[in-house]
Amino acid sequence: MSNVFELEHVSKTYVNEGKEFEALKDVNLSVKEGEIFGIIGMSGAGKSTLVRTLNRLEKVNEGSVKFYDRDLADLKPSELRNVRHSISMIFQSFNLVNQRSVIDNVMQPLRIAKVPRKERNKIALEMLKVVGLEEKKNAFPARLSGGQRQRVAIARALASDPKVLLCDEATSALDPKITAEILDLLKEINKDRKLTIVIITHEMAVVEKICDRVAIIDDGRLEEVGEVKEVFRNPKSKAARKLVFPSNPYDPSKPESRLIRIVFDGLAASEPFIASLVEKTGKKVNILSANTKSVGGIGYGQMVLELPESGEDQKIIIDFFKEGGLSVSEVTRE
Amino acid sequence: MSEYIVDAIKMGILETIEMTFFSALISYILGLPLGVVLYATSKGRLLENKPVNLVLGTIVNILRSLPFLILLVLLIPFTRLVTGSSIGTVASIVPLTVGTIPIVARMVESSLCEVSPGIIEAATAMGASPLYTILHFILPEATPSLLLGGAINVATVLGYSAMAGVIGGGGLGAIALQYGYYRYQKEVLWTTVTLLVIMVMLIQEAGELIAKKKRKI
Ligand SMILES: Nc1ncnc2c1ncn2[C@@H]1O[C@H](COP(=O)(O)OP(=O)(O)O)[C@@H](O)[C@H]1O
Ligand SMILES: [Mg+2]
Repeated sequence: MSNVFELEHVSKTYVNEGKEFEALKDVNLSVKEGEIFGIIGMSGAGKSTLVRTLNRLEKVNEGSVKFYDRDLADLKPSELRNVRHSISMIFQSFNLVNQRSVIDNVMQPLRIAKVPRKERNKIALEMLKVVGLEEKKNAFPARLSGGQRQRVAIARALASDPKVLLCDEATSALDPKITAEILDLLKEINKDRKLTIVIITHEMAVVEKICDRVAIIDDGRLEEVGEVKEVFRNPKSKAARKLVFPSNPYDPSKPESRLIRIVFDGLAASEPFIASLVEKTGKKVNILSANTKSVGGIGYGQMVLELPESGEDQKIIIDFFKEGGLSVSEVTRE
Repeated sequence: MSEYIVDAIKMGILETIEMTFFSALISYILGLPLGVVLYATSKGRLLENKPVNLVLGTIVNILRSLPFLILLVLLIPFTRLVTGSSIGTVASIVPLTVGTIPIVARMVESSLCEVSPGIIEAATAMGASPLYTILHFILPEATPSLLLGGAINVATVLGYSAMAGVIGGGGLGAIALQYGYYRYQKEVLWTTVTLLVIMVMLIQEAGELIAKKKRKI
């Protein structure tokens, strides 16, 4: 499978009134064809900057951004505009033309691509069908709810038959129920149309729900990239741990206590292993945080535990978990 | 009021409408593109171009800061060149237009600035050229605001047209000056002033109504 995007040593520095700000620092990344790729980070981490380098809304200072092996920096303006027909984008604030009807909005990219008028109408109607808004074709954006507006934006994004869809916080302005609906729609489009999707978000729930792989960005640096399940199971970077455990779980009874994280998936999630631990070994642990999630249809969860002081007890407990097929890792406190 | 004066006022109304209409029309034909260029070449916009923006911006600012009456006098030779005369209704259209173009341009520029950057970003991401973005994203989105600005501008032209009476233009302004001021016929003065006020209000109301009808928010 070929890569849709290939970023090598990408750096971006903003200069504002003589002050320099490095928004991206040596980012290396590839997005594979057909996947849903998440980019997650705290607000101000550089997510929007990163996604905007993918369609060259933002020029990079160093490194290269390649779209199907073509460096975007090498393209002439007209070539770049052509490439942009293949890279659609949706936004947090929808960015529809409010003074134009829904169908006019959806037809816009086709008009830019010089598709004949009759065909434009036909394709636009088709796209509105995909997002379930055919009956709103003559409505104006202001009359639609946020979720509907984002659906129109998605229809507009799909109209030019792109190879990839970039979503910059596309669900951040929507409530959880509508967010779930939009994410389901994106997943469906990804499957049906073999459309590669890049999703920018600050919400772990979005990544959990639909992403195949995820990149974690913090302070302009790419901290970690991997399969969503892997990153959840074993977040390596500090930034990843902060996102996987949004609330600070570390509040042990003694500041110097040894903490471990146990991760359980699928099978193990249904077992009452803490109860078993007490029953079988007689040792007790202090649960500092626990959460269970469903990632890609597999229920799984993790716990952060505070172990007793005695090293012997600690070994017994850890062995118990390992024998039960749970992965155990040390938790370092920051 | 004598029948003669009533006829003169009727004539004045027509002349005022004529001057206002043509001045507004021509100043929009020239001022709208100028406003678009001022907008597009300013810092951070689609066609950022400092020299062009600076030169045009300076000319517009100078024209705008001249009191209209001064402009009228300064333009007399130019008016004569264009229309062959420096007095009368047609001649007044020249300075009215010149005086209104910079006002229109700045008004257009500020209407376009209201368009959300997100819409422009969406257009760019779609592969729209700067010109396409202006024509099919920015101008349509700014239409209600442009219409409201238009109403204000037409009312301004109407006010200016009354001043054109001072240097021999026609219209209600000239009548007010002739009969109301020089011959001190108070009722003529008040009638023309009332008519001017009513006309301004009508334009304003009509403009707002159209803008409201057009607005999809
Ligand atoms: N045009 C700009 N000029 C200067 N700094 C900017 C500009 N755009 C973004 N930044 C800065 O770059 C950082 C990353 O911004 P952004 O990519 O929008 O973050 P995110 O989308 O992750 O919230 C922020 O600190 C922001 O203030
Ligand atoms: Mg952002």
